[in-house]
Amino acid sequence: MMAPLLKYGVFGSETSLVVAFLIGLGFGFALERAGFGSARKLVSQFYLNDMAVFKVMFTAIITAMLGVTYLSWIGVLNLSLVYLVPTFLLPQVVGGLILGVGFVVGGYCPGTALAATATGRIDGVVFGIGLYAGTLLFAEAYPLLKPLHTATPMGQVTIPQYLNLPYGVVVFAVVLMAIGGFAGAGWVEKKMADSCQP
Amino acid sequence: MSDTQSSRAPAPYSNPYLAGIGLGLVLLAAFVFVGRGLGASGAVSAAVTAGLHTIAPDHAHSLEWLSGRLVGDQRPLKDWLVFEGLGVFLGALLSGLLARRAFVTVEKGPRVSTRARLAGAFAGGGLMAVGAALALGCTSGQALSGGALLNLGSWAFMMMVFAGAYAVAAFMKWQWR
Repeated sequence: MMAPLLKYGVFGSETSLVVAFLIGLGFGFALERAGFGSARKLVSQFYLNDMAVFKVMFTAIITAMLGVTYLSWIGVLNLSLVYLVPTFLLPQVVGGLILGVGFVVGGYCPGTALAATATGRIDGVVFGIGLYAGTLLFAEAYPLLKPLHTATPMGQVTIPQYLNLPYGVVVFAVVLMAIGGFAGAGWVEKKMADSCQP
Repeated sequence: MSDTQSSRAPAPYSNPYLAGIGLGLVLLAAFVFVGRGLGASGAVSAAVTAGLHTIAPDHAHSLEWLSGRLVGDQRPLKDWLVFEGLGVFLGALLSGLLARRAFVTVEKGPRVSTRARLAGAFAGGGLMAVGAALALGCTSGQALSGGALLNLGSWAFMMMVFAGAYAVAAFMKWQWR
């Protein structure tokens, strides 16, 4: 075991900020390459004529998931030291729904709004101001929202742990699901292109 | 960032599967190097904390949701996600400049006024901040990073993001189509 490198002391927390910047560079570059600095491109996902959001997201998830699984199998990466956000099912379901609505209303998510701002999109800048306002609102209203925010705590739990299945089986199922999804996305795009000729 | 090469059209976007592999490798690098995934909404919380702490320090300390970032002599902007966010900004700018996609514009459909679109952007940003705070992360920290780690809550969250978006898409069509 030697990774995560920070956790094994290969570099310190000051250096990790430089690493953060470099990883951010790659993240921003990939987002913009995919077209995710454009709200019109992003929301096309929800009007079914361009499923790039689904394709990019799930390709990224599959790539990183297979990498993590492989590196932990060969004993390079200690997966138990990779931070897992704890599951609070109810607030994550409610938060996900609100976030989904905000995606179509606003056209971005926090990361893509930053990419949009960087490439001159005024609506991306205004979306960012909305993010600050919403965060401040949440902080001020936290006494009211805390019961929901802390409801249904389930700790740090993965799908394989929850379903009591071997890790590899779930990885395989997710890959199959994604391949099915990619085929379906292509089919839907073609359908939409056929049904609304310009 | 005005478009000085307006005679040359913006380059087409990358193949989504190639961009996805690139994004996945960046995410994998984050796991391997620092043992955490990507994020974005956390950087917003850090910036809001820093801003409020400058204007009204006592009030910032009194807010339970933000005060965790102000313990001791902790500087809220000295945060992993803030440095990552700086990188995102420059990385996106670099990609946009290379592809002639960096110019000042408003992304909107043909039927909506700029003012209404910007109001939508503000409202959407506000909603998203509240959703991300409730869910402990946004599309980056939860859906993408937690998705790759098979995190139970992240997958529930991700399904709900798509459900919420598809549920209201028809009502927001005026803004985009």
